[in-house]
Amino acid sequence: MAKYLIGLYADEEQLLAGVEALQKASIPIHEVCTPFPVHGLDQLLHLKKSRLPDAAFVYGALGTLTALSMQIYMYTIDWPINIGGKSFLPFPSFIPVTFELTVLFSGVLMFLSYLAVNRLYPGKRARIYDPRQTDDRMVVAIAAEPYWQKAQAVFEKTGATEIKIVEV
Amino acid sequence: MFESPIREPLILGHKTYSQITTDLVSPILGRTSWKWYVTTAITAAAMFAGFAAIAYTIWVGIGTWGLNKTVGWAFDITNFVFWIGIGHAGTLISAILLLFRQRWRMAINRAAEAMTIFAVICAGLFPIIHMGRPWLVFWFLPIPNTHGSLWVNFNSPLLWDVFAISTYFTISLLFWYTGLIPDLAMVRDRARPGSFAHILYSILSFGWTGSAKQWQRFEAVSLVLAGLSTPLVLSVHSIVSFDFATSILPGWHTTIFPPYFVAGAIFSGFGMVLTLMIITREALDLKDYITLEHIDAMAKVTLATGMMVGFAYATEFFIAWYSGSYWERYIFLNRAFGPYWWAYWIMVSCNLLIPQVFWIKKLRRSPWFVFIISIFVNIGMWFERFVIIVTSLHRDFLTSSWRMYKPTWVEVTILIGSFGLFLTLYMLFARFFPVIAAAETKSILKTSGDQYAGLSWEAYQAQKRAGVLGSVLQPAHHPDNPSQP
Repeated sequence: MAKYLIGLYADEEQLLAGVEALQKASIPIHEVCTPFPVHGLDQLLHLKKSRLPDAAFVYGALGTLTALSMQIYMYTIDWPINIGGKSFLPFPSFIPVTFELTVLFSGVLMFLSYLAVNRLYPGKRARIYDPRQTDDRMVVAIAAEPYWQKAQAVFEKTGATEIKIVEV
Repeated sequence: MFESPIREPLILGHKTYSQITTDLVSPILGRTSWKWYVTTAITAAAMFAGFAAIAYTIWVGIGTWGLNKTVGWAFDITNFVFWIGIGHAGTLISAILLLFRQRWRMAINRAAEAMTIFAVICAGLFPIIHMGRPWLVFWFLPIPNTHGSLWVNFNSPLLWDVFAISTYFTISLLFWYTGLIPDLAMVRDRARPGSFAHILYSILSFGWTGSAKQWQRFEAVSLVLAGLSTPLVLSVHSIVSFDFATSILPGWHTTIFPPYFVAGAIFSGFGMVLTLMIITREALDLKDYITLEHIDAMAKVTLATGMMVGFAYATEFFIAWYSGSYWERYIFLNRAFGPYWWAYWIMVSCNLLIPQVFWIKKLRRSPWFVFIISIFVNIGMWFERFVIIVTSLHRDFLTSSWRMYKPTWVEVTILIGSFGLFLTLYMLFARFFPVIAAAETKSILKTSGDQYAGLSWEAYQAQKRAGVLGSVLQPAHHPDNPSQP
């Protein structure tokens, strides 16, 4: 359990203005929770670009390699079957399965990575500052107690609808 | 873009963020209406009847079906292709329209994706039961075995189907659930702490909080999954069409099949989405979210894809004549004027002729009229698959083996059962999950809510002075706003 000072905003424009003002006053922001993705917030908070799309590419490449090596092993190396003298390595026939496994590996492993980096798993207790953060309020949480007074003034000035101290 | 003033807003009723929450959560946490119980009881009864017919098939054998030596594929594969097709609209709406930045998809993508998943479940039943010995279904899989190291045949489109459909199901499910997690968290936080609903939705929402980092990753994952799903959805029905196109049968071995099947799949999928969404918006009172504008847009897609399918019918005939192949020409004349002429003309009327009424704007905006047309689309697309499969088979190369096909009660019951399964799953979904993507809808409220969309600068200023808007938002098309042309 830790204590946080939270400010609740009702409008994303006000939230962005509030976050900017907090940063100008060099108050460290612990977390910002919103009920929907707010555009521009990640740049404002200097969040690093997510590397999940890069990971998805690697996973996809892994799928391609798995599919091709599996088919070549089974069809060409382990048990080649002579079907009317046709090629033992019918590469065009391998493409559909290769494509599907590429997509499958990429999608499934990226989804699992997404859950892992976000620490999301079935039954996890959600650390919610205020129940309205999944409804209609955007929450800015300040962890460092020495800054609370200054932060409260900023919250008030930028139009936060509610300011309170919560234990999460 | 829908921000231009000539477009109609996408969210009506002057909604606020919390009203969107309430509108979507109250059917879940509120009391279940008796209508839901009655409807679900009917669909579940149909489902169990279908299961009984499947059990009978497995117990007695495929001989209980109307198949014969000549027509070896009929109802089963018709149903399979039909259900796979139904699934395609969901991925089209959620993935392709996401990449095209079509905002109207947000009201319907959740339900359409759910339909995709349920339709693929229904479709997956048929290849398994039509094998006759479904307990050997694992022979589909490339796993080490004791049959002399006999591997699966990677030259066969039927095997490609196994990979395509299982991938399609998995990716659709993950895409759907990725979007559901934030909305399930929304339901969780509305439920009374300690109640069963709170525990259930806590488990299902994976501890989502909606922090800025989570949303950033959410958007990255959604975009990549959309990018993956787009070629995937096109590949799935292409591969299904390869089941026919790579054969040597007249009427089947045509190169037009992949695009023709994909267009048909989207057409039939939109038919089913229209059917169910028109009922859902009435039953759950979501007319402010699934507006006439949405029905209009979907009717336009139906019209366009219907004409693509119609064009494919014409092309097939032309090529049958132009190829100079006697057998090819015979098969197509036999389709239209042979013993199954009635099936062919049901197909043409339902898919090509009847949707032409959607040229008229007034009819596109009449929900009950669109509903009736969407039923015709469903019927027409089922018959399309029936026509392709049965008419090409029933008169084969040897005149003495020409046979007619007639379904038995077992096959008809299995078809009804698959509708029961699909609708029962949909009823459960509509009862326990938010049928509209709430977070996404909230994110477009400021550009597409009727109190914001299409306001002139003067009207905006006047409303702001009067305190109606209560927000510091600039209208998107304000002349001083450089980010918008």
